[in-house]
Amino acid sequence: MSNNKTILVAEGVTKSFGTHTALKGVSLNIPENSIYGVLGPNGAGKTTFLRIVNQITYPDSGSVFFNGERLKPEHVALIGYLPEERGLYKSMKVGEQVLYLAQLRGLQKQEAKERLKYWFERLEIGDWWNKKIQELSKGMAQKIQFIVTVLHQPKLLIFDEPFSGFDPINANIIKEEILHLKEMGASIIFSTHRMESVEELCEYIALLHQGEVILDGKLYDIKRQYKRNLYSVQLETAEGMGVITGLENKFDISAARFDEKREQLEFNVKLPNGQVSDFLSRVSSEASVTGFVETVPSANEIFIQTVQEKMGNE
Amino acid sequence: MNKLLLIIKREYLAKVRNKSFVIMTILSPILIVGMIVLIAYLTKVNDSDKRIVTVLNESLFFHGDFLTNNQTAYINFESLDLDEAKDSTLNLGYYGLLYIPGGPDLQSVAEQSYFYTKEAPNTLVLDQLESVFSERIRAKKLEELGVTDREYREIGSGFDLRTSTFEGEENLKGINEIKALIGGGFGYLIMMFIVIYGGFVMRSVIEEKTSRIIEIIISAVKPFHLMLGKIIGTSLAGVTQFAIWIVSASVLMVVVLSVFGIDISALEASPQLGPALPVAEGVSPTAETLQTYATELYKIPWAVLVISFVVYFILGYLIYSSIYAAIGAAVDNETDTQQFILPIILPLVLAIYIGFFSVFNNPNGPIAVGFSLFPLTSPIVMLMRLPAGIGEGGVPLWEFITSILLLVITFIGIVWLAAKIYRVGILMYGKKPSYKELFKWLRY
Repeated sequence: MSNNKTILVAEGVTKSFGTHTALKGVSLNIPENSIYGVLGPNGAGKTTFLRIVNQITYPDSGSVFFNGERLKPEHVALIGYLPEERGLYKSMKVGEQVLYLAQLRGLQKQEAKERLKYWFERLEIGDWWNKKIQELSKGMAQKIQFIVTVLHQPKLLIFDEPFSGFDPINANIIKEEILHLKEMGASIIFSTHRMESVEELCEYIALLHQGEVILDGKLYDIKRQYKRNLYSVQLETAEGMGVITGLENKFDISAARFDEKREQLEFNVKLPNGQVSDFLSRVSSEASVTGFVETVPSANEIFIQTVQEKMGNE
Repeated sequence: MNKLLLIIKREYLAKVRNKSFVIMTILSPILIVGMIVLIAYLTKVNDSDKRIVTVLNESLFFHGDFLTNNQTAYINFESLDLDEAKDSTLNLGYYGLLYIPGGPDLQSVAEQSYFYTKEAPNTLVLDQLESVFSERIRAKKLEELGVTDREYREIGSGFDLRTSTFEGEENLKGINEIKALIGGGFGYLIMMFIVIYGGFVMRSVIEEKTSRIIEIIISAVKPFHLMLGKIIGTSLAGVTQFAIWIVSASVLMVVVLSVFGIDISALEASPQLGPALPVAEGVSPTAETLQTYATELYKIPWAVLVISFVVYFILGYLIYSSIYAAIGAAVDNETDTQQFILPIILPLVLAIYIGFFSVFNNPNGPIAVGFSLFPLTSPIVMLMRLPAGIGEGGVPLWEFITSILLLVITFIGIVWLAAKIYRVGILMYGKKPSYKELFKWLRY
């Protein structure tokens, strides 16, 4: 990550509400033009962190840098934010509303108008300009909500629980639009407690637990770091469990199961470094190997494991 | 600054284009003028509703003393006994029967007279009857003392002590009340404005919370700017509405009056104080005294009054509407606002009552002074004192300055507190906060 330019740096950000400490010295480096997932269960401090980045609240101590500069009010023009609690003025017309919110972000009215037209076409939104939000369906309103977030072409986009509340079709459209925005050069921060939902999108993740970052870095690196050299093996054989009896002395085999109908044997094996080729040559002499895959832990599993380790250490 | 203007513009337009706002703006003057016309009409109808009183006079006194007037007509019964007279009065559906028994002595006759009615008699009618009796008894006593009626009148019925300030400026009776009434009008206007448009501010904050747009907005602007823009935008809409009301109500009033030919002055002179009663005290206003009153009213420091009105209005309204905004931010829906609204309505109502009961009697008394310094009531109470001017004979300069200073300090303090509660409250969902919790928010 160090060779990449960072768009956002947080240094020892601490924030408490009364006696409750929401963030305890959070430090993060968010690389430019990446998709960064801030993951963690409810109450981990994700929303508080995002609100600090959006200058809605301010840290008690620590600092945040945007594009190398200390975060300041002018930066709101460069940041797009889709909060978890989101909505629009129900009785205000779509066009006026989007223009108003874009102008608050520093966009000129004429410019905003043109971009809005572009987005209307791109998301196949018809003639909604003079419609009020309350006249639109929920799905339609969600599209407008997305446009509000991106209209001012922010360098940094922040999505808090982006897929909660969106219907599957819209969620997919938005997923694709986010990838498109990334291609265009934007940096994206995701926050969610449903870790599986963003795993496929995120290049980087940070795991937040009780206001602390317990793990962060490139998702690929983390996964590699957390893999347990566990492989799932599939063999085609009529002999059943007999095949592995010879192997069990040498290798750590678990969860073996034989499907008589399909003459298929499945099991997991733990292979420390260097044992893979040895194992494969042995097993292929006994039966034909139809499947051999390394089991990579999901972000969720990694999270649970890390939390458990941490609790164990304390 | 640019963003603040954007917010003010949006809030103003959102309010002004709101259907119920438009309907209220159009309908209110019609309703108000309609009410006035209705009252005027009803008063007229009420006036023409004469009560008929029958009189059975067996004495030698009171013949021709009971004269029919606007409200009451008298019918004299002759050669009937009391029971027959009662029956006839009832059967004919008349209002009541005045029975005056026979006797040689006026005093005892009067004491034994009775007024029979179906229900407890109307005070107005009773007053008329009693005044006839007392007039007669007085005349009789004067006669016994050898004083003629004319002499009695010359002795003088009442006395007006002329009053003046030490500088020799003549004071007029009731002028204090009139002045306080003028100031009270301004004060009342401030209260109405606060209650109506403060409520609008609060509802608008709640709307932003329930529609969940709030976080999107405050990620672009400071919460304080949003609050300020909301308050200013809403009050501009309020000023627009008030202006429309005043102009259209006056136009409508003139039109209605000229079309229906209703005499508005009939409203002021209510029937109770009608000509049937002798003027109890005070001088009947001659052209000369009217002129003096006009001069006195003209001497009211209008410039001071209007400027003070603007200052007190702006500060008072800002104080209260930021409290309203904080309340809106603290709750999730309007039904939860009740417990917080009462404490802010209370000082307003108190100010009006203090104004009308205390400032009227004694514009420079301790209560009037105290409440015109206390910031939550001063916008209303001080305005009732100010028509007397600042300085000699009016509000001492130090009081005026202290009042404004206290108001400014309170304004800064309250807006600061309200902004803090607002800032925290708008991001709190699904909570019904207690006062204790609000206090905690101040330290976030």
